[in-house]
Amino acid sequence: MNVIRAVGRLWLVPVTLVVWEIATRAAEQPFFPPPSATLARMGEMWLSGPAAHLLLTEQAMDDFGPSLARLFAGWTLAAVLGVTAGIAIGCSPRLSGYLDPLIHLGRAVPPPLLVPFFLALLKLSTPAQLTTIVFGIIWPILLNTVDGTRTVDRQHLETARIFGFSTVERLTRVIIPAAMPKIFAGLRLALSLALILLIIAEILAGSGGLGYRLLTAQRSYLYTDMWGCLVVLGLLGYLLNSAFLLLERRVLAWHTNARQTT
Amino acid sequence: MLEITDLVHSYGSHRVLDGVNIRAAEGELVCVVGPSGCGKSTLLRSVAGLIRPTGGRVLIGGQPVDRIPDNLAVVFQDYSRSLYPWMTAANNVALPLRRRGLDRRRRREAAIAALDQVGLADAAAKYPWEMSGGMQQRVSIARALAYRPSLLLMDEPFGSVDAQTREDLEDLVLRVCAHHGMTTLLITHDIDESVYVGDRVIVLTRSPARVAADLPVDLGESRDQIATRQRDAFVRLRAEVGRLVRGGSPTSTVLEKK
Repeated sequence: MNVIRAVGRLWLVPVTLVVWEIATRAAEQPFFPPPSATLARMGEMWLSGPAAHLLLTEQAMDDFGPSLARLFAGWTLAAVLGVTAGIAIGCSPRLSGYLDPLIHLGRAVPPPLLVPFFLALLKLSTPAQLTTIVFGIIWPILLNTVDGTRTVDRQHLETARIFGFSTVERLTRVIIPAAMPKIFAGLRLALSLALILLIIAEILAGSGGLGYRLLTAQRSYLYTDMWGCLVVLGLLGYLLNSAFLLLERRVLAWHTNARQTT
Repeated sequence: MLEITDLVHSYGSHRVLDGVNIRAAEGELVCVVGPSGCGKSTLLRSVAGLIRPTGGRVLIGGQPVDRIPDNLAVVFQDYSRSLYPWMTAANNVALPLRRRGLDRRRRREAAIAALDQVGLADAAAKYPWEMSGGMQQRVSIARALAYRPSLLLMDEPFGSVDAQTREDLEDLVLRVCAHHGMTTLLITHDIDESVYVGDRVIVLTRSPARVAADLPVDLGESRDQIATRQRDAFVRLRAEVGRLVRGGSPTSTVLEKK
């Protein structure tokens, strides 16, 4: 039943592909290669390696390896920093009074503009790319964590006071679990932002990775390669989001269920 | 055991409590009843130490309440906001026991025993959202019991459950309070309930609240939902409390206008 419904929802994908294929074949434009050609090129570029490497070519390792490493390193770093700072700010009205203006100023700066600055500051491209990602994606994590920490139900907190919970217990057993749904919303938003910033950072401060590959393909008039990069980035974003949703559903089972029953 | 003397509280210029005096002896179950919005919850929050009253004094076991006492438990009306939905029933009950210096295994045992007392021995591993409202309120009561407080405060504990569940919970509270010899202050707006459950009924006036009357309930120790409610003493006392809540004077001979 579920399978049928899932297939039912996916019918637009092959239809779009077929229409696109027909249209691009008819147009014969070098900028718009047919999807079949793009797919063939993607297979050739990335999936024609030895079976021992799961068919992945050396090229695939060079393109995906550094990009994925930067993506996860940046996201993890931003998560740790954002959640820690968010809880501290959410718990302390004084701290939030001092930092609120700075946070809103910081988040208003478009992070791609800071790539040249970070490059000049950090000299090396990987630290500059990581800093760009962290700086760009920390805001939704930070703001959601602050909001989640601040809006813990008053009665949850009063119950903790009545039963004399220690500061650590109040934090780990009450405030953080209560803020979890909002923290996760922030983390998920940050994950999709991280992919965008990764590509921007690799284009602007490039040395390997998918963004750099995209840029060189475009500069060398290899439009099928370029399209391959675009498609794989779309797929990557979709996969990351799905994987995160799966994790979220497990960790926040209480939240989803509690919402359904009340 | 509990002495509330000349308790006054104002929110800004709005006076809510206007010199409330209540005494409760060890092991007594005192019901406080009053019209909606008369300041019953403010009274409870002052006793619990959640707010600092503007004036007056609260003594629990001779100790003034200047912070939240460690021998006191509260059962709130809104169980869904008082239990932690991310913890099982057993963990909800066991968590406050860390303060009692029990190790993990003993905490768990005490939690299961308390759940057993409220008839939820099988629900230890359930989450609050897997239970009915009545069951959740039972967990809340079990949490208070396991904590072994000398004073139990209940704020409209049966206000959010259906009538049948409410009767079951009333009998449960009567049973466990008598069993543990706990002094209990139960706040309600329900006149029948205050008479049925209480050893004494304290009636508060309309806001700002004062004590309008302090009535002993002579219905004996054991009570029954059907038989007790039919007794003359119950009917008379209920009528008296009802009249007082509506603003009547404490002399029961005065006829209502009609």
